[in-house]
Amino acid sequence: MFKFEKLVFGDSGWGDEFLIATLMTLLVSILSMGLGLFLAIITVWAKIIQNRIARFIANFYTTVIRGVPELLVIYLIFFGGNAVVMGIAKVFGYNKYIELNALTIATIAIAIISATYSSEVLRASYLAISKGQLEAARALGMNKFSIFFKVISPQVIRHALPGIGNVWQITLKDTSLISVTGLVEIMRQSRISSNVEHSPLTFLITAAILYLCLTTISGRVFKTLEVNYSRGFST
Amino acid sequence: MIEFLNSIQNSLIYKNFFLVLSGLDNTILLLLISLPLGFVLALLFALGRVSKITLLSRTIASYIFVIRGTPLLVQIYLIYFGLGSVKFIRESFLWYALKDPFWCGVIALTINTVAYGAEIFRGGIQSIEKSQIESGLSLGFGKFLLLRKIILPIAIRKVLPSYGNELILMVKATSLVSLTTYMEMTGIARKIMAKTFAPVEAFIAAGILYLFLNFLMVQFVKYLEWKYNPHLRLNN
Repeated sequence: MFKFEKLVFGDSGWGDEFLIATLMTLLVSILSMGLGLFLAIITVWAKIIQNRIARFIANFYTTVIRGVPELLVIYLIFFGGNAVVMGIAKVFGYNKYIELNALTIATIAIAIISATYSSEVLRASYLAISKGQLEAARALGMNKFSIFFKVISPQVIRHALPGIGNVWQITLKDTSLISVTGLVEIMRQSRISSNVEHSPLTFLITAAILYLCLTTISGRVFKTLEVNYSRGFST
Repeated sequence: MIEFLNSIQNSLIYKNFFLVLSGLDNTILLLLISLPLGFVLALLFALGRVSKITLLSRTIASYIFVIRGTPLLVQIYLIYFGLGSVKFIRESFLWYALKDPFWCGVIALTINTVAYGAEIFRGGIQSIEKSQIESGLSLGFGKFLLLRKIILPIAIRKVLPSYGNELILMVKATSLVSLTTYMEMTGIARKIMAKTFAPVEAFIAAGILYLFLNFLMVQFVKYLEWKYNPHLRLNN
């Protein structure tokens, strides 16, 4: 039933494969979280500027992506992404076959999902900044860039950190869905190993423990960051 | 005009829509069992979590920790592939449920939603003001009556928005059951994709149906919020 001795490192076990798979999960999570935050900032910006079309597009994007299963989004980007990229390339006069690698597709797909959640968190924390501060900054003659970097972002980071921590946990767990595209991360690795060793229970429990470690450790990291960023404020 | 209608009827997206629609009942069946079951169990687990029996509270806390810390996909695979590989489970009565991807899906979804739901309800129960419990006690309410008349109604209506969120996440989570060969909407869309090599058409059809399902869920939660929070209605 259990074959935990198969988890040793080296040629006779799956330990090193699982280590690489864990790093892959982390890599995809970090990349897509970063890209997701970038997309989220654009989405929030589109929602708060006084432009109907931009706001409609942003609202449409967040509503649709949050209302559709993550798996569907990943399938759509995995199977349909190549066609889109090739279509764009054709416009620029490049007619050869392009194939995106699994990591790129995984990162883009998870980022598109993660950005919808991040954007809600960021928008709420932007709205939590009192208007007087922005007015005061403008009265001091600060330009848009320094208002953004010196007044808005430090406060948004502090307000948003707990929410961003939640989004990170969701993103980390969503990367398990990427296994359907064939990218070898923890979930895919555990399926491969259990097919070879005929012991699904062993490797699925390994996967569960690895995810548990990742979520717990990163939860601690976010707690530390929160304490760090809310110095001087009673929490 | 007729040509236009014909072209719509012959379009892939129109055909796929009805194919995917045939999987809607399977998706709803999953939800119809796992959501009510998850609701009741989550309430019980939340009560156990706040109870003064340390062993019970600790056990439930670690259950919640493990389930919330691992992806749902791992849980589904563990139940479908993992438990099925154990010999004595295959020989026991449990096998009648576990050999069927539908019941595996129901079990996994229920286990998952109970953990999230229990944590939500715990927040609701702990946020009840002490004075309300004290006034119940001073009226001579017993423990059970206190629970039924004061704690649960107030706790549930307080957390309705966040529980509604969890319900929507559950609707989306049913799509993962398709990975255990269960043919619900995502599974059918995947099959159409494999047959026709037209990914966008197949998945857009499924996406529209999921959006519709979630829209209904949002309206349902809104109605519940309206119904059970009469003191918050603007004009009554």
